[in-house]
Order: sequence, then C-alpha cells, then structure tokens
Amino acid sequence: MSQMNTPLPAVVFSDVTKWFMLRHTRSIKEYVVWTLKGRKGDLGERFKALDQVSFTINEGEAVALIGFNGSGKSTTLKLVSGVMQPDSGCVHTRGVVAGLIEVGAGFHPDLTGRENVFLNGAILGMSKAEIEAKFDDIVAFSEIERFMDTEVKFYSSGMFLRLAFAVAVHCQPDVFLVDEILAVGDEPFQAKCLARIRELHAQGQTLVIVSHALDQLEDICDRGIVMSHGQAVFDGPIADAIAHLRASE
Amino acid sequence: MRAPGHSRGIVDIPKWWYLLDLLVKKELRVRYRGSILGMMWTYVKPVVQLTVFYFAAGKFMKMSDGMDNYVIYLFSGIIMINLFNEILMNVTTSIVANAALVGKIYLPRELFPVSSVWVALVHFFPQVVVLLVGAVVTGWRPGPLNIVAIMGGVLVVALSALGLGLAFAAWNVMFRDSQNFVELISMVVFWMSPVIYKWSMVNEAIPRWLWYVYMANPVTIAVELFHYGFWVPTTGPLTSAHGEMWTMMPNHWVYWSGIGLVVSLVLVAFGQAVFRKHEAVFAQELG
Repeated sequence: MSQMNTPLPAVVFSDVTKWFMLRHTRSIKEYVVWTLKGRKGDLGERFKALDQVSFTINEGEAVALIGFNGSGKSTTLKLVSGVMQPDSGCVHTRGVVAGLIEVGAGFHPDLTGRENVFLNGAILGMSKAEIEAKFDDIVAFSEIERFMDTEVKFYSSGMFLRLAFAVAVHCQPDVFLVDEILAVGDEPFQAKCLARIRELHAQGQTLVIVSHALDQLEDICDRGIVMSHGQAVFDGPIADAIAHLRASE
Repeated sequence: MRAPGHSRGIVDIPKWWYLLDLLVKKELRVRYRGSILGMMWTYVKPVVQLTVFYFAAGKFMKMSDGMDNYVIYLFSGIIMINLFNEILMNVTTSIVANAALVGKIYLPRELFPVSSVWVALVHFFPQVVVLLVGAVVTGWRPGPLNIVAIMGGVLVVALSALGLGLAFAAWNVMFRDSQNFVELISMVVFWMSPVIYKWSMVNEAIPRWLWYVYMANPVTIAVELFHYGFWVPTTGPLTSAHGEMWTMMPNHWVYWSGIGLVVSLVLVAFGQAVFRKHEAVFAQELG
C-alpha cells in the first residue's frame, strides 16, 4: 500500500484570519464615557494581522516562515501553539506542539538555574521523570554547569539564552516552534544550536521556524512560506522563497 | 487532528499536577524574597488583627460580654475572612502577573488561578495551627461533626473565592479596575459576616428577607461553620440539649451550609464561564 508512506499533516491552516484590536484605554471610566457618547470606535483600532492564510505542513517537514517585521509570522506561530485563536477559519495540529515563542518566557529571575530547568521543562510539557532523565544533557548542552545553583537574575544575557534554549531543544514535541532564536549566544554555541535543530529534524520532528537569518534558514529548512501584510504570498522550496523575499525588498 | 489552545478548564488541571506544584513553590519563594521574616509574616498579620479587634471590639465595644472564649470566636472568623480575601486577590491578579507566560506559551490558563488558591491555603495552614493551639488551651473537645464543619467551611470559602476570582481575573486582563473592585469586596465581606459580632445581632436588626440574603452569603456560612468547628466545642458540653445550642449557631445553620455550598459551586461555574468567554483574547491583550 503506497498510501502508508504518505506523510500525515501536522499543522493545517485553512482560511485563517486574525484581527487585532489596538486598545486605547484600560480604564472603565473612559470605556463607559466613550460608550455613552457614541464614540465606542475610539476605544481602539482594528487591523488585520492575518488575512485568509492557508497552508498545510506535513509531519517531518522543516518550514521557515519569513517576511519583514509586522508581516504576521509571529502571529501565525501563536495560532499554531494555541496561545491565540483565529477570528475566522480554522487551525488544526497533530500531536504535541511546543515552542519557543520567546526564549525563556517561563524563566523566573529569582529561581536558580536548576529550578528554572525544572519549571521551564514542565511548562514545555515534560514530566518530572523526563526532566530528571535529561537534566545532565540539558546542563551539558548549556555549558554553564558552574552556575546551575545561581539565581538566574545574576546570569548574563548569553548564559540565560543558553540555558533556555538547552531546555527547549530537549523537550522533543511532535511539532517544534522556533521564533527568532537562532541568534543565541556566541558563534560556537549558535553552531551547536543549529546542529541540534538539524538533528531533531533528522529524527522526524516537524519544525516551524521564524527568523530573519535567511542563510541559516536555507541550511535547515526545506520549504519557505513568505508572509507579507498578513498574507502568505509565496509557498515553495526555501531557496525560491528567500529569492522571492529578497526580490520584494 | 485537533484545534490547539482548547482545554476543558479546571477539569484538565490534574494532568498538570507537576507544573502546578512547581508554580506554587515558585510563588512562595518569590513572595518572600528579600524579606527577613519570610513566611513568619503569615502569623504576624492575623495576630495583630486579633489583638486590635480583641481590644477594640471585644473590650471597648463590649462584644465579648456574656460570651465564652471570644478570642477563639474572633480568630476563627478572622482567618476565614483572610483566606477568602487572599484567594480572591491572588486569583484576580494571577493572569496579569503571569502575562509573560500567558502571552507566549499555551497552557491551560486555569493553572494560574488554581495555583493561587493553593498558595493561599499554604498561608492559611499555619494560622489554623495557631487557632488550634488556642482552642485546645481553652478546652476544645471536638466531635466528628465539628471536624466536618471545619473542612466544609474551608471548601465553601475556597470555592466561592476561586469562582469570583476567575471572573475578576478575566476582567482584570481588560481593565485593571478589577483589582480595586476586589479591594472593595474584601472590605465589605469582613463586616458582612459575623466575625466580630454575633449572628443574633444582625437577626434582630434586619427584616426577615434581608436575613435570608445575609445567610445566603457563602462567606457568612463558612465563618459560622468555623465557629461550630473551633469555638462551640470550647464552650463546654451542651448538657441542656438544644436550648443553649441555638443561641450559638443561627437557626437552620445545617441547611444554610448546604445552600452555602450550592452558592459556592454556582460561583465557580459562573467564574469559569466568564473566564472561558474571555480567555481567547488574553494573549493579545497581554502582548
């Protein structure tokens, strides 16, 4: 049966539209006054962050979302992760989705490195046993063994990112979301991160990556989706996608 | 395949037990960072409250006249109100306080309110120990029903505060005025329950229908349950059967306890409904 080899879809966007409300006030007084005065429109502005975006990402694919600032890449990732909900259209995912929408979002400055590894691991969906099993690998990957019992607020920004990234790349979800984190630490560490991401991809993990580091993306991803003003304007092989983006500059 | 970002609310929380535990530990650590007394503050505040009210209400306003062990009566009410207020305030601010997580990573968002309740219970426990010591010293001889009343009181108050807090937590994401409303509620609830005065004073002063409203307040019944659990068993054996009993506890207090539990469950359902209605916009409101 040849159909056995057909990859299953891991992420499906169908006609996804997302509106953002830029609220001008957070006070109930103004809310009431403006509503009574019939100026409810002044409470905020609406703009379309995503406009009928459709695509399907299959299991095992490594897809780059590229585009200029404000084109809707990060919003797309947030919809995949479930942090945000579409206003129309639908988003579907298969398996465990985890991601680094922002490196170290779950880190707390007043906890030690060790405590943060456990907290962040649990936030990314790992069980206690899983984190314990991987703890040494995580620490080794971060290369900051000496500082594991120091509170994270005393870390340099590089050390912080190293540890956060180390936790994230060990959580092994089915779909891994990466936003702007390929610029982690110094060059040797970056190379290590890229190697790790490639390794995850080789193991069959689905990757969705948002980045401006186009050369690195070309290295990791097979496919690129170019976003512009909330629309997916190009979807194809990564080299062509990058060429498309560069041509539109 | 499934649509991401949907959970079944509070029902899903047990699956995240480990994370919940870590969030509670984090909160307890963070709250007392850089403080010398640390957890000791959870004792200091109620003890100061007790001292002030004991003299102001008990002695100056003569509330303790004709009442055995007024200190126990007072303290059991105070810690109940404190538990309610702490849960309500913690839950209300829990989403905004965790904005970094709520906006970046999908987790069932009820995790934050539920961990707030847990933190409040951790603070509540040592106060109960202090109360217990006081009760034992004044001759506390509880039966099984008294213990059930204590647990019931905690349950009713925790559910009510969680329910209200869930609604305020969602509104707080949109309008930070919620926190001010909650402060108002905290102030009012103290005087709306028989903490420093006795239920009979209210019963004599207000019309019947208003009395029903007063008793339907789940915090009121929770305070009375604590009185039944801690204070009543210190006042000696009830030899003269029910006659004496009725003046200590409001009429039909057992039925009112059932109503209190129902009201608290309704509050949880209401809070969860408001929370679910608004949770889809949390991420974009918090950035």
